[in-house]
Parts: sequence; C-alpha cells; structure tokens
Amino acid sequence: MSDLGADIRRETLISNADPLDFLSLLKPRVMSLVVFTALVGMVLAPGVIHPVIGLIAVFAIAVGAGASGALNMWYDADIDAVMGRTAKRPIPSGRVQPGEALSFGLILSVLSVMVLGLATNWVAGGLLAFTIFFYVVIYTMGLKRRTAQNIVIGGAAGALPPVVGWAAVTGGVAIEPMILFSIIFLWTPPHFWALAIVRKDDYARAGVPMLPNVASDRNTRLQILLYSLLLIPFGIAPFFMGFGGWLYGATALVGGVMMVWWSVGILRADDEGRLKKACWSLFGGSIIYLFAVFAALLLEWAGGFAWALLRGSLA
Amino acid sequence: MSAPQETEGLRLTDEEKARRARRNKAIGFGVAGLCLLFYVITVFKMGPAILSRPM
Repeated sequence: MSDLGADIRRETLISNADPLDFLSLLKPRVMSLVVFTALVGMVLAPGVIHPVIGLIAVFAIAVGAGASGALNMWYDADIDAVMGRTAKRPIPSGRVQPGEALSFGLILSVLSVMVLGLATNWVAGGLLAFTIFFYVVIYTMGLKRRTAQNIVIGGAAGALPPVVGWAAVTGGVAIEPMILFSIIFLWTPPHFWALAIVRKDDYARAGVPMLPNVASDRNTRLQILLYSLLLIPFGIAPFFMGFGGWLYGATALVGGVMMVWWSVGILRADDEGRLKKACWSLFGGSIIYLFAVFAALLLEWAGGFAWALLRGSLA
Repeated sequence: MSAPQETEGLRLTDEEKARRARRNKAIGFGVAGLCLLFYVITVFKMGPAILSRPM
C-alpha cells in the first residue's frame, strides 16, 4: 500500500527535472525573436562594436529575455495549468518545482544584466534590467490578471530588445530604435488578440481578462483593425527617416497592407469557422510580418556592409 | 537493538539519480561557460592593453 504522505513528500522534495526542462522555461521561441530584433537594433546603430562583444551582448539580451520567461512561468503556473496551450509547461506538468524556476529566473536575470553591463555599457544593462522588471512585475504580476489592456501595455517589454541592442553600441537611445520599438509595440495587440479570440474559452477558464473575454466581439475586431492600421505609418517610417531602404519600404508597405487585410478578414467573418480561420491567418501572418520587416533591415545592412568591403578591397 | 529501517529518508530511483547527474553536469558546464565568458569579455574589452600593466 502506498503511503500518500511519503508520495507527496517525494514529489515536493525531489527534483525530477531534466536540464532540457530548464531550457524550455526560457521560452526559446520568444527568445529567437528577441535575438533577431536586438541584433537589428545593434547593427543599425551608428558606431562600432567588436563582433565578439556584439555576440556576447546579443547572448546576454537573449538570456535576460529567457530569464523573464522563467519568472513569468513561475508566477503564472496556476493559470498555465488550466489552459490547454500552456498545461504542458515544465511547472504545471510537475517536472520543475516552482522554487527551482524562481531561483533559475532570478540568477539568470542578475547574470544577464551584469554580463551586458560589463561587456558593453550600463545604459544597455539598465535597459535590460528594466525590460525584465517590466515583463515580470508590471505585466505578469500587475496587468495580466487585472486589465484587458494587459498585452497592450505589456507589449512594451517585448518591444524593447532593439532599443537595448542600439544602446549596447551607442550607450544611449535615439529616435530610430524608438521607431523599431513602436513597430513591435503596435504589432503586439493584433498578434495576441487574434490568438485570444481562438483561445477565448481557455482564457475564461483561467480568469485572464483578455479583450475578447471582456469586450464585445465587434469591439475586439475593430481594435485589432485599428492597431493594424496604425502599424502602416510606423512600419514605413524607417524608409522615410532614411534608415530603411527600398527593400525595407516595400516589405513594410506590403506587410502592413496584408496585416490590415487579415484584420478586415476577422472583422467580416460571419461564422465561427471563418472567424477561426481569419484569426489563424492574422496570427501566423503577423509573425511573418515582423520577421520580414526586421529581416529586410538586416539584409540591407548586410548588403551595405558587403558593398563597403568590396569597394575597400578594390580601392 | 535492531538496525535503523532502510525506509528512513528518501531514496532516489535510478532514473532520479540519472537526472540529478545530468542537472549537475549542466550546472558545471554553465559555471565553466560563465568563467570563459568573463575571460573573453576581459580580453576583447582591454585588447592589447591587457599586456601593459605596471610592474
């Protein structure tokens, strides 16, 4: 006969975690987007940074983002457990103890800020610390369970990496990285609300007041469209400001129009099946949009860099 | 007097021992990687100046 007390003691005292479980606490997919946007912020910045120091800076920003993911999973373990999308995460599935995730997240937060600060400068280190604080304390602990504007305001945390990347090179902040910040900031609501419409029941069960759960259908769909419309001028701003070229301008314009098109699809969907399909189109399309605009900036930079090298070697 | 029962305390299963070993290895690599990272940062931040120190 099993001793229930001993079983519970065993469950809570013995860690059953594999190192890979700790890796998944870092939300690797979110991390990859952070790495990408931070790298773009870094290469666009005027000034020079040693490539090795640049790589270390990107690594530190990625680890900082991962650490905030781990702290988010520690705090949200209760709601993750009741949502289909997140129930298999390491804490709700019992593979990692909450205390382990907390220590892991805190240690990595401190180390990532320290490494970034020492390797580059303390403006970048401070901005990374602020990003982690904003995501964990302001968004996860403060806004997520209280207001339907949770992901609108919380989106600032996800939008900061290019600013941190820029600061790592220049030691300050300028209008260009703030434009990149605005693009990710305005992109966040349509991206997440498209998912929130499809996962409405999940969020209702968890008691998270996402916009589709607290506002009318029409209101949600109109707000998705509104943010997508706002994204067009901000998206093409880098072209008019001169730090995005023709490739970027065309990508941002076409991508922006597609975002509006998918949002109109959601607005006009008249039955459940069409609505779901339209939401998945916007959700998936928005990921491609963000990737494409930042990739265009990176490609233009790489092209310019290669051209300068070639001219240098011919001269 | 009889010897203490073997059931006292928690005994790890082989699987739990293997996972603990993997976690320990990961921590070891993590700490070693951090040392290497600080070494690399020092070298690349200071550059040739790393060799000029007052004797």
